[in-house]
Amino acid sequence: MVISKASSESDVSIHSTFASRYVRTSLPRFKMPEASIPKDAAYQIINDELMLDGNPRLNLASFVTTWMEPECDKLIMASINKNYVDMDEYPVTTELQNRCVNMIAHLFNAPLGDSEAAVGVGTVGSSEAIMLAGLAFKRKWQNKMKALGKPYDKPNIVTGANVQVCWEKFARYFEVELKEVKLKDGYYVMDPVKAVEMVDENTICVAAILGSTLNGEFEDVKLLNDLLMAKNKETGWDTPIHVDAASGGFIAPFLYPELEWDFRLPLVKSINVSGHKYGLVYAGIGWVIWRNKEDLPEELIFHINYLGADQPTFTLNFSKGSSQVIAQYYQLIRLGYEGYKNVMENCRENAMVLKEGLEKSGRFNIISKDVGVPLVAFSLKDSSRHDEFEVSDMLRRFGWIVPAYTMPPDAQHVTVLRVVIREDFSRTLAERLVIDILKVLRELDTFPGKIPVATVEEKHPGKTKLFANKSAEEIGRAITTHWRKFVMEKKKMNGVC
Amino acid sequence: MAITTRVTDSEEHVHSTFGTRYVRDPLPRYKMPEKSIPKDAAYQIINDELMLDGNPRLNLASFVTTWMEPECDKLIMASINKNYVDMDEYPVTTELQNRCVNMIAHLFNAPVGESETVIGVGTVGSSEAIMLAGLAFKRKWQQRRRAQGLPCDKPNMITGANVQVCWEKFARYFEVELKEVKLREGYYVMDPEKAVEMVDENTICVAAILGSTLTGEFEDVKALNDLLTKKNAETGWDTPIHVDAASGGFIAPFLYPDLEWDFRLPLVKSINVSGHKYGLVYAGVGWAIWRTKDDLPDDLVFHINYLGADQPTFTLNFSKGSSQIIAQYYQFIRLGFEGYRNIIQNCMENARVLKEGIERTGQFEVLSKDVGVPLVAFMLKDTTKHTVFHIAESLRRFGWIVPAYTMPADAQHIAVLRVVIREDFNRSLAMRLVTDIEKVLGELEVRANRVATKTHVDSDEKLAKKTVEQIQEEVTRHWKKFVQGRKTIVC
Repeated sequence: MVISKASSESDVSIHSTFASRYVRTSLPRFKMPEASIPKDAAYQIINDELMLDGNPRLNLASFVTTWMEPECDKLIMASINKNYVDMDEYPVTTELQNRCVNMIAHLFNAPLGDSEAAVGVGTVGSSEAIMLAGLAFKRKWQNKMKALGKPYDKPNIVTGANVQVCWEKFARYFEVELKEVKLKDGYYVMDPVKAVEMVDENTICVAAILGSTLNGEFEDVKLLNDLLMAKNKETGWDTPIHVDAASGGFIAPFLYPELEWDFRLPLVKSINVSGHKYGLVYAGIGWVIWRNKEDLPEELIFHINYLGADQPTFTLNFSKGSSQVIAQYYQLIRLGYEGYKNVMENCRENAMVLKEGLEKSGRFNIISKDVGVPLVAFSLKDSSRHDEFEVSDMLRRFGWIVPAYTMPPDAQHVTVLRVVIREDFSRTLAERLVIDILKVLRELDTFPGKIPVATVEEKHPGKTKLFANKSAEEIGRAITTHWRKFVMEKKKMNGVC
Repeated sequence: MAITTRVTDSEEHVHSTFGTRYVRDPLPRYKMPEKSIPKDAAYQIINDELMLDGNPRLNLASFVTTWMEPECDKLIMASINKNYVDMDEYPVTTELQNRCVNMIAHLFNAPVGESETVIGVGTVGSSEAIMLAGLAFKRKWQQRRRAQGLPCDKPNMITGANVQVCWEKFARYFEVELKEVKLREGYYVMDPEKAVEMVDENTICVAAILGSTLTGEFEDVKALNDLLTKKNAETGWDTPIHVDAASGGFIAPFLYPDLEWDFRLPLVKSINVSGHKYGLVYAGVGWAIWRTKDDLPDDLVFHINYLGADQPTFTLNFSKGSSQIIAQYYQFIRLGFEGYRNIIQNCMENARVLKEGIERTGQFEVLSKDVGVPLVAFMLKDTTKHTVFHIAESLRRFGWIVPAYTMPADAQHIAVLRVVIREDFNRSLAMRLVTDIEKVLGELEVRANRVATKTHVDSDEKLAKKTVEQIQEEVTRHWKKFVQGRKTIVC
């Protein structure tokens, strides 16, 4: 008689996860553990640690979609194991991407014939889309300069200082100089007049933003187009425009269809939009559309034989999931034009509710405009005793994540709080947020304000023990505030995305 | 009294999806539809069309993971709405990435102290990882040349002709010349000697592959390291090595721990590995690890203030999902070293079963080696009657997706079929595949004989009298060969 007793194994399968030894041993952080653990334990441990992450739906810092319908979740899970790049093996998924590209191109009024295929591609996000668009401009410009026999080693690109960090990445990684038009107090987007002034023969393109990350404003692309056309006529340089419509691309066509910002303007050669912002899909999808074939140099395209037909591809990433492409197609056919319009109108309405609630308190200046991305950017009228960073901190206690950041040069003295209104931010939440912000203000009013160190020095010059009369709390607060301001200024990408 | 009648709406709710008009109306393909449709209809329509895609688990062309445990699926769905880049808002997720980077760096024997943090990053795949690594090499080389007052406008890199297409992308997009060491019949990886010969002062790095996409073979990184060390001693150029361990990085440490290919070799400065291949995670995660801080020029790194501490980031993509990173961490702690070893050993065993079955047919020659990525690459001994492309096509009828492709220069006359053994390809499937291959061979044999008989009957006629079928087949074959020759996507 053989008795096989594997006591530890039987223990493991019987005991509930929280009774087993797995929740007692510490997880390695630097090296892979030697032995396996049961899948329930692995699930529970990770799930529990992740409870300490912020709640995505209360993350009011982000434009990126945080809720989709359960039917779409089903489609996402079903396609999670499809590698998008296997076009030969998953022809339907590939075709869904092509349909999305066509739909978005038409939404942007690309000058296409009725059955002409649009030129565009799905990407992992606007960062990849922008890099592809920038690469196309750079290569076109290089070819042009080579043909003219001129030097082509110093390309530059003109943008506003309010650009998102991915433009700086593009510039740094692809060796293009970034010429930024500085902002000023009260004017937080790129000034078209100044931008066109900065254009020279080495400019590969001018990039305008539809939906600035800082305050949601739409830049005046039409004005830029007109000014640039006039300059191109004089100089003959043929400088094109790219529109970074990461946020605005899925807002303007539904809320402001008469606003001319897209391919209706002749100098606009490419547009990028984030599917995962107001395209209403989870993180991981963007789109870039070119006006027509000439705007995408052939030498950048890789040709794949797909089902005997040619499938041109132009992406930085190769293998990636198919879920978000399918989800984007779901949204486009599920909602249709009227659905997107309804969602955007609701967002705008809820943004108004929030804005009016804040204005009524009398304590805030509203920096964001009514026309633009549905968000509310606001700063304290009086930030001498407490600043926006403290408000942001205290809101966290209620569960809200509201970012505070300083403007880029030359408006660094302005600090704002920004709340992005997404599809899933209903009116009740907006009203609750107003109440909580007012609570926070009342609490802060009772705290001592920050005392600048310099003032103390002025009043008591030469006193070596500057901090003798302050409480530890006040000193701590002063130091934290200064340090934070210093670090925030250093921080090029102020967590605004 | 206001009566609001919305007859159409109530009808819609009652009818089952297949009873409504939504499955009757054609879906727009070029323009967004004007109206919304109910979510059930949207789901059903898309789900049904997707039925015509290949079955991912029978896609034997891909290295990318197609199955994970349900517990992990739960974690994935729960984090699908977390934007990974919001490090401030999701500090735990960020820390999980950092832990993964540390674990992988230690797996690759990075020369770091016990609690020293390693230099590395999670990416969307090996393509992004390779571009980052290549960028780092390019920038370092440029800095060195500028310091020496030498021109830095013509960088190049050395690889084998067997490289995956992302290296060509890197070269084209980042303006680096790609110098490829040609293959030859019987030798389908980069020859270290030839590679080192091609190194010149403009070479930013030599890239070796651990797990060639074509045959799964591991290149001899140690030999490359030794030869290159010697050349560096003569020339003083300090040329480094990058190891593209997209497939092999999660195989070699478990099956061949004594094989020296990683940071144990002094010239290896960076390594990339695909989490979504033998890292056993769904598509969408890769890892790039650098040897030390000095190997990653600081001017490429963006510093984000995260929770008051500095979080350096170096990626091409910005917003992306967090699910795959969490899934990777799940696999690391769930499986551990022993779990990964068990799985890869099973894969090798099943690969052996498949290989023996294929050899037993007597019609194939196996090109893949026993040491390497668990895959079987095989070619027909006799290609006069039919080619591997025919076999691949016929296998599709059974549901199997087995790719056929020609080798790159200078071995373009060789065409192979390749079956990748993944975690979820068990022994019964392997044996079934062998059976189906035998069936296909039988069918093709019969067809070939039929055609041959016909030809024999018309043998006194000129070529112009070929059967329509033969002409078609010939044209298709030539066209396919031509297009396949242009096709560089084997993955």
